[in-house]
Amino acid sequence: MCLGVPGRVLEVNGLLATVDFWGVRRDVRLDIVDEPVQPGDYILNHVGFAIRKIPAEEIEETLALYEELMREAENDMMAADVRGEIEAAASSDTRRRADD
Amino acid sequence: MTNVQIVGPASQLKFRDPDKARALAARLSVLCAEIGREPISLMHVCGSHEQAIAKYGLRSILPKSLDLIMGPGCPVCVTDQPEVDEAVALAQDGKIVATYGDMVRVPGTTKSLADAQAEGARVEVVYSAEQALDLARGSDREVVFFSTGFETTAVATAAIVLRGELPDNFSILSAHKYVPPAMQLVAQIPGIKVEGFLAAGHAATITGWGIFEDFVEQYKIPIVVAGFEPLDILAGLVRLVELIHDDRVAVDNMYPRCVTHEGNRVAQEQMWKVFRTASGMWRGIADIPDGNLRLRDEFAHIDARKRFNIDIAYLWEHAPSALTEQCICGAIMSGLASPSDCELFGKDCDPSNPVGACMVSSEGTCKIWHQYGGRPEL
Repeated sequence: MCLGVPGRVLEVNGLLATVDFWGVRRDVRLDIVDEPVQPGDYILNHVGFAIRKIPAEEIEETLALYEELMREAENDMMAADVRGEIEAAASSDTRRRADD
Repeated sequence: MTNVQIVGPASQLKFRDPDKARALAARLSVLCAEIGREPISLMHVCGSHEQAIAKYGLRSILPKSLDLIMGPGCPVCVTDQPEVDEAVALAQDGKIVATYGDMVRVPGTTKSLADAQAEGARVEVVYSAEQALDLARGSDREVVFFSTGFETTAVATAAIVLRGELPDNFSILSAHKYVPPAMQLVAQIPGIKVEGFLAAGHAATITGWGIFEDFVEQYKIPIVVAGFEPLDILAGLVRLVELIHDDRVAVDNMYPRCVTHEGNRVAQEQMWKVFRTASGMWRGIADIPDGNLRLRDEFAHIDARKRFNIDIAYLWEHAPSALTEQCICGAIMSGLASPSDCELFGKDCDPSNPVGACMVSSEGTCKIWHQYGGRPEL
């Protein structure tokens, strides 16, 4: 519950962003992020909300830990927590269907 | 029997930049040798820090005189038994209780939500407050979101409340905890002398590192904010030991890519609009003044404690199990003991049969040590 996960913003619709997390597309809420967010930006997602826009020059370093964790086995606890964080963001496909 | 995987030896630790890791470890050795006393006890207060420390076997490369302890950093673990009892009582009274995954198996006084579920109650695991809302929208029954966690999840709960559009059958049972007051309490616990705190990066993303300035002034204990990469943690420890070495009482931020002095103001404003602090127990630790976050009065209509008459007394009719009496989770979360000091650890208590909350949550010290090993013997 303490570890946020970074993702790349693909699309912004009001307070909702479609974000890519290692190939998984999710909707992340922008209600509490304190800077404007645009496609191409990286945000830190925590339980479905962006809590920080990651400065461009810091992205590579921020991603390093997660790159490694994403390669870990399913049963690795820390990797599972990271995957859980990605699950916390609503599936953008379901949301889109619901809107149709 | 015990089935603990030990990570290490140190030569096999995987760092992104092994040279940098070696340099940081060498610097720590020099600093600790120059300080010349032991133990030098440092405390961190974050389950994700402990995961990284244990997973990467960081303790195996720390100087022997440096004792790195996990304090009350697992929000699931510090959720008190009567709070779980409230959720159990609501579930058994026919409400759908939605909560974060680890909460389901955390024992209340005599029952967990999983026990209630086994007896027919409806308990749903959600990853986010948003999913709890969706559940209410799709149901005619009352849905109670048993919301737990520190500032990082409290801001998400606050955001859905302030957005409005809450369905009539949705309410919140807040067990959110607020970390800074717990650090103050732990700093004063007799029997442990914390010389420095490593503060959790993502909670500080919300609060900002400025929030620790008063604390440092008052308790004369330095604080360093650190990230979660093994090198981030090592760098944070080096900075902390440097401050101790130089006898400097200060806050330093070693995670500037995610943490600013002010923090996330928008998130803070929303959090304090929705929540107020309240005193209350953190499981096994103490009654912590201002350590809990409760919904403000203007949100009484969505506060499960005010909407429903929650009777938890019936859950206290049976005595807790004898094993529960032996559980030392409280001492572990206060930093006074390690999982390896517990007679139940790995024997009567493991992740498939947890006795205490610390073995339930992926942020609990016991579960983390059970998976990764805690203090590798090299």
